[in-house]
Amino acid sequence: MESIALRREQQTAAEPATGAEPSYAPTVQSQGGAPPQFALYLRRWLALNRSGLRAVLIGAISLALFLLAWHLLTEYRVVFFVRFTNVPSPSAVYESLTRAMHDSTFFMHVILSCRRILFGFSLAALIAVPLGLVMGRFRLAHEILFPITEVLRPIPAIAWVPMAIMLWPTNEQSIIYITFLGSFFPILVNTLHGMSLVDPVLVRAAQCLGAREMSIFREVYFPASLPHIFTGLTVGMGVAWVSLIAAEMISGQFGIGYFTWEAYSLVQYADIALGMICIGVLGLGSSALIRGFGRLVMPWSRT
Amino acid sequence: MSVMTPDPPSKGRIDVDNFALSYDTLEGPVEAVCNASIHVNPGEFVSIVGPSGCGKSTLLNAVAGFLKPTKGGVTVDGEAVDGPGADRGMVFQQYSLFPWKTVKGNVEFGLKMKHLDKSSRDRAARTLLGLAGLTAFENKYPDSLSGGMKQRVGIVRALATGPKVLLLDEPFGALDAQTRVIMQQILTNMWQRLKISVLFVTHDIDEAIFLSDRVYCMTARPGAIKAEITIPLERPRHQSMMMSSEFLGLRRGLMSLIREESIKAMGGELNDLALDGLSIDLHGQSLADVL
Repeated sequence: MESIALRREQQTAAEPATGAEPSYAPTVQSQGGAPPQFALYLRRWLALNRSGLRAVLIGAISLALFLLAWHLLTEYRVVFFVRFTNVPSPSAVYESLTRAMHDSTFFMHVILSCRRILFGFSLAALIAVPLGLVMGRFRLAHEILFPITEVLRPIPAIAWVPMAIMLWPTNEQSIIYITFLGSFFPILVNTLHGMSLVDPVLVRAAQCLGAREMSIFREVYFPASLPHIFTGLTVGMGVAWVSLIAAEMISGQFGIGYFTWEAYSLVQYADIALGMICIGVLGLGSSALIRGFGRLVMPWSRT
Repeated sequence: MSVMTPDPPSKGRIDVDNFALSYDTLEGPVEAVCNASIHVNPGEFVSIVGPSGCGKSTLLNAVAGFLKPTKGGVTVDGEAVDGPGADRGMVFQQYSLFPWKTVKGNVEFGLKMKHLDKSSRDRAARTLLGLAGLTAFENKYPDSLSGGMKQRVGIVRALATGPKVLLLDEPFGALDAQTRVIMQQILTNMWQRLKISVLFVTHDIDEAIFLSDRVYCMTARPGAIKAEITIPLERPRHQSMMMSSEFLGLRRGLMSLIREESIKAMGGELNDLALDGLSIDLHGQSLADVL
């Protein structure tokens, strides 16, 4: 953190000499008042954040072009192997959104999906992280549990749907179970990976400072694995949404996945796109939440 | 400040007697160290030098308690070493600071393991960091520090628990030459103030002579003690002493001892005669001299 700030300062100092045209810098110095100061500050800020601004600008243009393409393809009902005949236009989706904004059932669908994610994902994190830590630390635990997880891991969460319906008394529980399974393995695998990469020198350093097994676990293995645990949580969150939507489409009664599937059944084509966009935004938001939480608990990592 | 009051130099004696360590391979046991004995008197600064792979780090790790000898024994103040512990502070070449802890958090770690309460931990850490000139960096994370600063924190962290002996495994090996010289001075100052026993492993002969009271020179693998050299240079030592004839004499002696072993370590005696047929211009010197 500090070194980056320092480098920025140095860059700022060097900026008038290198970046700005030579005739400009002296005039600023001679005026010296508040407005030119601000102008100089603005120039420096722009110079330093050029690449960031560039990315934002290009990103915005790219999204606008995507919308335009979508609009044109649906406006002219293009059929070029792919058929856009029934695909809703962006404006139709926007209309659908404004309608949904005044509709409590739409919010109910969204909130229910979020609640399922919260339960399923939290359970997965609460079980997979400690399990990964224990399996990473104790060989016997690894030898016993690893074969089981390796056999179960390749089974997609969606394939669990029939089994889940048999296993759990209510529909709600089986959907949460599917969500749980989806996020469980990415979290476990990444936690294990993080544990395997813990620098043994750090463990030895802790031992030399009088740390016993529990302290080493808490003070070395856990924080050292945290970056990988958070990678697992981010991936797990993505897979949780995939699994949830699939489960909701198959066996749900409510939820945003059900909403999307129902829209198709009811020939509400605009609602299909609305549901998809909503899922995208929710997925993006939940990943951002985890990243933000990660930065909060790992102030030492730069990224 | 209890951690800073120097122990009376009656504590901190290290005895390694007839130490041997071998490990098993498919071809049978391989000896890493055989029959090495070293002693460090309380408050003494002792270095181990030797060609790379000679087992000097192995010896140090055995004193730290990470390795069990196959034969022989390691005792500190008469007590057999059984696993690592806070009575033997260790400084590693790879810094080994906890990246998730601030400088102060790193220094406090050993005290936390001793179950000291937060306020006395805080006080102790601040005092030590102040002595090492690191107060301005106490809330920084290790990643933002230079190598020299990291190692200073590493030394302070190892000293914070008030160990009887300090073990250093090529602590300045990763530093540039200028920083290394400064770090050597800092370490000497700390050692003189604390009067703690130091066992120092290095492959840098100048460093070993400049810092130590005594230097052990090891043979190529399987490592054994080839020579023990007392360094009669007076203290406090200064950089200028490294140009004195006394220093250079010691350096020359150690140098030739180590070179013999390094050549052995690189694959047996080099045969000058074998090169006669080749047209390599050695400027009239023998290959051993060139090497």
